[in-house]
Amino acid sequence: MPEDFDFDHAIDIAWCPGCGNFNILKALKNTLAELGVSRRTLVFVSGIGQAAKTPQYIRTSYFNGLHGRSLPAATAIKAANPSLTVIAESGDGCTYGEGGNHFIHTIRRNPDITNIVHNNMVYGLTKGQASPTSRRGFLTPVQITGVQLEPFNPLALAIALNASFVARAYSNDVEKTQEILARAIRHKGYALVDIFQPCVSFNRVNTHQWYKNHTAYLDQTHDPADREAAFKLSLMTDPFQIGIFFINRENPSFEETLAAYKDDKRPLYQRSVNLDEIGRLLKSLAA
Amino acid sequence: MQTGQPTDISILLSGEAGQGLQTLERLMLGVFKRSGWYVHSYSEFMSRIRGGNNSTALRIASSPVDACRERIDICVPFSASALDRFVKRITPQTLILGDSEIIPGRYQEQGLAVVNVPLIQMAKDAGGAITLNMIVLGVLSGFLGVDLELVMTQMGLSLSGTDTERQARNIAAATKGHAAGVVLREQKPGALPALAHSETLSRALLVNGIDAVGLGGLAGGCNFVSSYPMSPSTGLLVFFARQAQAFDVVVEQAEDEISAVNMALGAWYAGGRALVTTSGGGFALMVEGLSLAGAIESPLVIHIGQRPGPATGLPTRTEQADLEHALYSGHGEFPRAILAPGTMQEGCTLARHAFELADTYQIPVIMLTDQGYLESNHLVQGLEIGAAPVVNHLIETDAGYRRYALTDDGVSPRGIPGYGAGIVCADSDEHDEGGYITEDMDVRRAMVEKRLRKLRGLANAAIPPTLVGKLPCTYLIVGWGSTFHVVKEALEALGNIDITFLHYAQIYPLHAQTAGMLLQARKRMIIEGNATGQFKRLIKMHTGLDFDAQFLKFDGMPFMLEEVIARLEDFVKESAHA
Repeated sequence: MPEDFDFDHAIDIAWCPGCGNFNILKALKNTLAELGVSRRTLVFVSGIGQAAKTPQYIRTSYFNGLHGRSLPAATAIKAANPSLTVIAESGDGCTYGEGGNHFIHTIRRNPDITNIVHNNMVYGLTKGQASPTSRRGFLTPVQITGVQLEPFNPLALAIALNASFVARAYSNDVEKTQEILARAIRHKGYALVDIFQPCVSFNRVNTHQWYKNHTAYLDQTHDPADREAAFKLSLMTDPFQIGIFFINRENPSFEETLAAYKDDKRPLYQRSVNLDEIGRLLKSLAA
Repeated sequence: MQTGQPTDISILLSGEAGQGLQTLERLMLGVFKRSGWYVHSYSEFMSRIRGGNNSTALRIASSPVDACRERIDICVPFSASALDRFVKRITPQTLILGDSEIIPGRYQEQGLAVVNVPLIQMAKDAGGAITLNMIVLGVLSGFLGVDLELVMTQMGLSLSGTDTERQARNIAAATKGHAAGVVLREQKPGALPALAHSETLSRALLVNGIDAVGLGGLAGGCNFVSSYPMSPSTGLLVFFARQAQAFDVVVEQAEDEISAVNMALGAWYAGGRALVTTSGGGFALMVEGLSLAGAIESPLVIHIGQRPGPATGLPTRTEQADLEHALYSGHGEFPRAILAPGTMQEGCTLARHAFELADTYQIPVIMLTDQGYLESNHLVQGLEIGAAPVVNHLIETDAGYRRYALTDDGVSPRGIPGYGAGIVCADSDEHDEGGYITEDMDVRRAMVEKRLRKLRGLANAAIPPTLVGKLPCTYLIVGWGSTFHVVKEALEALGNIDITFLHYAQIYPLHAQTAGMLLQARKRMIIEGNATGQFKRLIKMHTGLDFDAQFLKFDGMPFMLEEVIARLEDFVKESAHA
């Protein structure tokens, strides 16, 4: 039941009325309920920003760390206890800007986590500056003559790095977003879901109407195993493509490659110190 | 000053990077230990892969030796420029043992004791320049009177992984060198002091600071290491990588130090026991993560292998200048502990203690070592690991679990996700007892006070300083971390002077007895490896007490025995005139 993730008391949500985040929150709760994920084994990890507050509004465990640093923490949480379902959720500024290096290397590392990125092409919490995904010419209080930088293309980057699962959703289509999220969470390995969403307070360009006019779902004939086709589709900007671009089932997940889990699947907290091995190691220093 | 016959032999091997000095160092330590001598070695090297000049200083003695010294009894140059950096330390008593082909003529002309041994030709005959280090191993072993058999046994153990052709070549070279060394011994009777052999060293361990801290970490239950390589801390990352399989440690080379520290915090949150290892520059990048540990009250163990800064500084050399960096880093106010081992046993004990302290108080604990400490090899009779099993200070949560429940001692029972019916919410924003974001000023005040209440328990748990000598005393010398052995040996050399040494292995919180102890000395001197007296400042801040003298060193090299003895003598002399 989606209500399993609701609190039994009223909560004060810090988002603006009409914010795309509400739909993402709804889609997430529905998806978790549909997948039968237990609150006891679920962990949300987030950075800083309005999107990063999402876990506050879901009744489950969370680690709300530093701006840009959700992915290293999420990777380690999964590695310390692989039986947990780990979802890293933050905004475009946090994930692609401040955390850009981690984004690149987490794709390479391929932990079995889901990475949900709220992408509204603007900084909301700090009141309207450009984000890495802002389009050229976008006017802000800082970029007063318009954004001059090439917009960051997370999907193309992820596909170029042979990411495990690469998708984009649009927040106003809750049903389709749920479908994509469900497949991402079920997917074994790093799964990126970039979610377009309007920012009703600070982005007057990329509005609901704009997304309606400039996005389209991927053609049903697209084969997500076709990396080159996926890459090509990820470069399209008008309309931006929505859907599951790429799935790569070949690379093992990070946790599967760790020596600690080779013969023993227990999470780290259930292990104890191997004093015999310490004795052996000490002995080797006498030689 | 020391009088009479030296009771130890000091050997300096000097050559270029890539000439096999490290292999030679390891073999010589093993060979001399096997023949019943105490050994110590320290290597200093340039930040490059080939060429330049690196050196290894070995001390061999019939009683424990654990500090570097300036005096060189035997010097073996591997290349023409190998002696250039050591001219100040070469005296007429130094035997320069090597190839007259490569030892510049001026040394002989100055009346220095050059003993021609055609090392290079011998290496060529034995299979090429690559065998030069094995020739030297043989020559020195023979010269010091070590049986060839011992050398062969050690080589068999240490070089067992190499291919048979190479092994045969090495054996031939060492044998050839040994024969030349035996001849030399006969030609130069009395050139070296006769060192008594000890029967009790067969089970003794050869360890460096990396081994000590690594073993202590394993004993402390460390099962997660995320780090980014940076000299001189990388050795610890390598140590854990090599033990990952045997001890089930998750070891990951992160993309940067920021990732490394955030991984470590994620691991602790989910029930792991994580360590990061870095040096001052890498720690600078971790500082926001340190503050996060403070906010979410996460245990965290940070190992900082200090090297000289600022910025890139001297990447492969040593210093103790990051004390204040470790102490004052991180925005906001939160408790922490700082430990700094001096002996190998302390490295082991404190690394284990760091995990227990971090886990008990849910705070970051910093282990401050330095390049000199990490890369010095010591012979110890054993390392005490501690038998008691590590206890994870974790609770099984119930449905109403609140991660930051207010308590008298400031420590809230720590739950982890997936263990119990509750949920575990950690937030870098100020939060309420449940872990949810708040801007309520009353909650804010309560949380700040809760976090800082831990300092009381932490201060009570502070490790007392080690006293070498007695109190009250006339002269007191205070040091911390890696200066322990050199000061202790200097004191032994000074003999009858009423001088006591106080060694701190816990820097912060400072032990409460500090003022009381300092007041029992008539004159006080501080010794530390930095330019401004950082520990002196800390002590002054906490006790109001100042020092009469200081010995600060910041040239990148560890303190040397002779310079410490000389400085202590000056201190005593100055004080007597004052």
